Order: sequence, then C-alpha cells, then structure tokens
Amino acid sequence: MVFDLAWLPQLTQGLLLTLQITTACIAMGIVLGILLALGRVYGNRLISTPCSIYIQIFRGTPLLVQLLMVYYGLPSWGIYPSAFISGVLALGLNTGAYQAEYLRGAIQAVNQGQLMAARAIGMSLPQAIRYIVLPQAFRIVIPSWSNELILMVKYSSIVFSVTLLDLMGVGKRIAARNFRYFEVFVVVALFYLVLVFIISQLLRLLEHRARIPGLGEHAEQR
Amino acid sequence: MSLLKAENIHKRYGKEEVLKGVSLELERGETMVVIGPSGTGKSTFLRCINQLTPPDKGRVWLDGVEVTHPKCNINRLRAQMGFVFQDFNLFSHLNTLRNVSIGLTKVKGIRKEDARKLAMKELERVGLDDKIDAYPAQLSGGQQQRVSIARALAMEPKLILFDEPTSALDPELIGEVLEVMIKLAKDGMTMLVVTHEMGFARAVADEIVFMEHGVIVEQGNPQQMFSAPKHPRTGEFLNKITELYGETE
Amino acid sequence: MLLRATLINIELLFALLFLGLLLGTVVALLQVYGGRFAGTLAAGYAWVFRSIPALVLLFLFYFGPSQFGVNIPPFIAATLALGIRSSAYQSQIFRGAIQAIPQGQMMAARSMGMSRLQGIITIIIPQALRLSLAGWSNEFSSVVKDTTLAYVVGLNEVLRHARIIMDRHYELAMLAYLAVAVIFFVLTYSGNRSLGWLEGRLRIPGLQMKGGTQNK
Repeated sequence: MVFDLAWLPQLTQGLLLTLQITTACIAMGIVLGILLALGRVYGNRLISTPCSIYIQIFRGTPLLVQLLMVYYGLPSWGIYPSAFISGVLALGLNTGAYQAEYLRGAIQAVNQGQLMAARAIGMSLPQAIRYIVLPQAFRIVIPSWSNELILMVKYSSIVFSVTLLDLMGVGKRIAARNFRYFEVFVVVALFYLVLVFIISQLLRLLEHRARIPGLGEHAEQR
Repeated sequence: MSLLKAENIHKRYGKEEVLKGVSLELERGETMVVIGPSGTGKSTFLRCINQLTPPDKGRVWLDGVEVTHPKCNINRLRAQMGFVFQDFNLFSHLNTLRNVSIGLTKVKGIRKEDARKLAMKELERVGLDDKIDAYPAQLSGGQQQRVSIARALAMEPKLILFDEPTSALDPELIGEVLEVMIKLAKDGMTMLVVTHEMGFARAVADEIVFMEHGVIVEQGNPQQMFSAPKHPRTGEFLNKITELYGETE
Repeated sequence: MLLRATLINIELLFALLFLGLLLGTVVALLQVYGGRFAGTLAAGYAWVFRSIPALVLLFLFYFGPSQFGVNIPPFIAATLALGIRSSAYQSQIFRGAIQAIPQGQMMAARSMGMSRLQGIITIIIPQALRLSLAGWSNEFSSVVKDTTLAYVVGLNEVLRHARIIMDRHYELAMLAYLAVAVIFFVLTYSGNRSLGWLEGRLRIPGLQMKGGTQNK
C-alpha cells in the first residue's frame, strides 16, 4: 500500500470545504427547520399545510436528485447557481425538512401546561413560544439534531458530483491522477471516521451541558 | 363595584355541557372557596375567567374592564390575574428565581436587576429564598407549588385564582402550601380558590360556593354552609368530603 | 425510459436490503451474544460502516479492486457497498430489538432443554425481527433514496438516464430530474405505507420499539 504524504495538504483543503459546507447547510437548516416546525405546530391551515407539504417532499425524494436539480436543473430555467451555492442550498433545504420534523416532535413533547402557565402570567403566544416552549424543545431535540449533523457531514460528500473539491472530491481527483483508488479512499474514509468521532464527542458534551438539573434524575418523586 | 364579576358563563366540550350559566361576584380583599364533586366544571370555570379556556357564552369583568371583550388586551389582563395550577407548571428549564422573575422582565418589561429583587422578595414571602438556584425538578411538590404562588404574586395581581393547588401533593406537603395561602388571605389578597381542603375553607373563606353539574347550587358564608346548608346536596357533599379528606387545620 | 431504469434501482434496493439483513442479523447477534471479543469487533464494524459516507464506500468497492486488476460490475459493487453500510444500521436496529426482549424468554427456552443456539434461532430471532419492523421501515425509506448514489459508479440506473436526457436536450434537465423526484416520492410513500401496514399486522401487542436513524 502506498500513501504519499504530498496528498495531505490537498485532503486538508478538502476537509475544510466539507466543514464549510456542512456548517453552512446546518445553519440554514436550523433557521428553516425552526420556521417550518413553528408553522406546522402553531400555524393555521393556510400556513401549516404548505409547511408539511414541503417537509414531505424534501424527505420523500433523494438528496442527490435535489442537488442535481439545483445545479443542472435550475440553469435550464435560466438560473445559474454556482457549485458551492448549489451544494449549500440543496443540503440546507433538505436538512431543514428533517430538522423541522425533529423539532416538531420536541415542541409537542413539551408539556402543555408550560404554555398555559406562560399565558397565565400574561405572555403573548409568541412570547410564550420564544421564552418557554422553544428553550425546552431545543434541549429535547439535541440528540436527534446531533444525528442529523453527523449525517450531514457524511452526506455533504455528494457535492463532489457537482465538481466541488470537498474531502470526497479531492480524494477522487488524487485517486484518478495516480490510479490509487484503494489507498486514497481508505485515507478519505479515515478522515471521515475521525471527523465523525470528534464531532459526536463534542455533541455529547453539548448534550451534557444543556441538561436541566434534576430533570430525569429522580422521576419517581412526581 | 366588585373586583371580579362573572356573568352567565357557559362552556361545552363536544356533547357535554360543562358549565351551564355560572355567575358570581368577588369583592376586593375577599377569599372565595369553590367546592364540589370532581368533574363539575370548577377548573373549567377558573380557566374561563382568565380566558385560558374561552367560554362559549357569558362575560367576565376584572375591576370594571371586560375580559371577554374581543378587543381587550387579554395578555395585560391575564397579568393582573395570578393563576396557580394543580400540577404547578413551573417552567422546567428555569431555576426558581428565573421562574418568578421571567414574567416581570418579559411581560412587564422591568429591568433584570429590579426584577431579581422583586422576585427575591416574593420568594422570601413563601419561605424559599434559600432555593433560588434550584431547578423545579430538584424541588419537592410543596416547594414547587410555593414557587408557583411566588410567581403569581410577583406580577402584583389584583386577584389570584387557585385551581386545586394541593390536590397533586403528598399529604405531608399540603400543610406548607396552605400555610402560605392562609397568610395571603389574611394579608388581604383577593383569592378565588377551588379546593377540597375544608379546613382551609373554614379558616379563611369569606364565602363558600358549592358547584355541581355545571351550576352553582348554593353559596353563603362558611358558618351557614357548614352548619345549616339550605340545599340537601350541599350537606351530603360536605359530609362526604369531611369523611374523605378529614379537616386540615 | 426513466421508469425502466428505476427497475435497476429497485433490484439494487432488494439486493442490498437482503445482504444488509443477513449481515446485520449476524452482527447484531455477535454484538449481543458473541462474548467480549466478537462483541467488540461487531460493535466496531457497526460504528465504522455507519461513520463512513456511502459514496466513499461505493468508490472503495468499485474502484478499489480495479486498481488490482479485479473488475467488479457496478451493480455488485453497489450492492456490496450499500449492503454492508445498511447492515451496520440494521444491526443496530436488531440489537435494540434483541435487547428489548425480556431475559426470561431465553431462560424459558433453556429450561425446556433447548441449546443456546436453538433458543436464539427459534425464540429470540422471530421476536426480534417483528420488534424491529418500525426501525426497519425507517431504514427502508432511506435506503430507497440511497440507491441513487450508485449513479456515481456508473450504474445504469435512473439518475444516469436522467443525465443522458440532459446531455441530449439541455432544456429538459429540470423536467428529467423532477420526474426522478416524483418516481422516488411515489416509491418511498408507497413503501412506507405498505411497511406501516405490515407493521400493524405483525405487531406483538403491548411491545414497541423506536426506529433507527433516518438517512436521506
């Protein structure tokens, strides 16, 4: 097995792009997910129906197809997004739909009484959602949100198919030049393994930090 | 003019008519206790007063302002009516102090530091100023309910509605909550209390209301209600409840 | 044309699910009953193949051997790559299901004179399979969509045909991809419906299990 150290700087470049795309699409997905989830739970039918249709469509179709639609499809309609924009847009629109579903579940898992108590001290509905329901829902959603983030790290690799040089794309280029697919992709796989490991450890830390003291510790008291 | 006036409140859930025209008036500084068998609409009635459950028919006034008016600012009016829930409903993600102060900062727009001081004062009043950093899940039921009373008090409400505040508590924790409530009543707070605690009713109620099947059957001062109820159902209920719960002093 | 090409995706789907089911069951059993060494190995397998992106696996299985002069047809490579990846996910679903079965079941089997292996095969597995249907239907709907990833190793599947359409008539690009999206929407929707139905039919009253991770 041959591994050329000269590949490392390029792979690191690719890793950086992978991180950039993942961060951008996750950020976009969070905003979109919150809006969609709120629309589904608190919106009237005029709002909640489009939200749930959006979620169903983006969860029901392959991510790769969504990406190719943005990158190759939109130009046939006269819109020309760059490869980077296409990648972030497709991944962000997609993860937004998934995050919305997780957050919706979390919002519905927050005890009804919490909203009532907030309204009872005079909070408006938006205030109650913002200060009471969402902070609790966010804590509940962290585990599934962590899964989603890790999933997006891995799925971001599809952007190589629209010419981007992320970790996957760089790997493919090096491998094709040297015809060393096996070694290169073992190394690429290792990069992803380590990346996923580090991120999941960080997320576990976050989950621990965000825990509400006493909650779930002695449930038998109530 | 009475502080709280409810007129002909109706509420129906599907086929079942829970409230069939309930009216009452509460004077400033008065404590009124609502009693009656479970499932007769007492809790629904309380929630109709602050519009957590909007009534189908009927009107409510607080201090002369109509709460049921479609154009009223219901959030501002709710802030003037404290509400204490059976199962506390403390905000689980906030510590004791923030539970009490969040209404002050977010609803009343009071500065954080001032809100903190006010919240401390109310927590002292319910005897929990040593627990300000604890989270709800770290408190006993009795402590949680006292915090929720402090949360209501902090808003400086014109009256407080209590919805069976001791029903979810273990027997040994009921006393500490009742003690706080008795002190409030004696300090002149206007209170409308749904409860099964007859000892409390006897001790501080200015008026007792007996409700059954969505209507008020009888109302009067405690002495008359306990010793000489006019309606036979009132007597039956009082006998049964005293047997069941005993009297807490 | 697109619809016919979709058949390849469906064939790939069944092939990889079957491989994943087989391997996944073995891995799950090893993880639960395999003792410390095999158990750790199985857990490591599951972790590794869940952490590596599907595309990287596809490249490894398709281009990797060709470097050593072994040419693997794209269909086989895709089945292996996606099947092994799916086995890692499926093993976690089964493991959860096996561990949800009360200890007493095995004890009762042993007390009837069954060997440990007999107990696993006749008592534990049938229950665990049923219990894992909910997680499995999640896995199904993600794997259906993942069959499109085989496009990158040149499998003659639906996205490749969409690409061919696009290369011939550029103005039809969006329409071609939209058509693929519709096809998959119908596939996942009907697949989930029938799995939900199956789940309802086979559910063991009173027992429930949470689903695995949802892929794209």
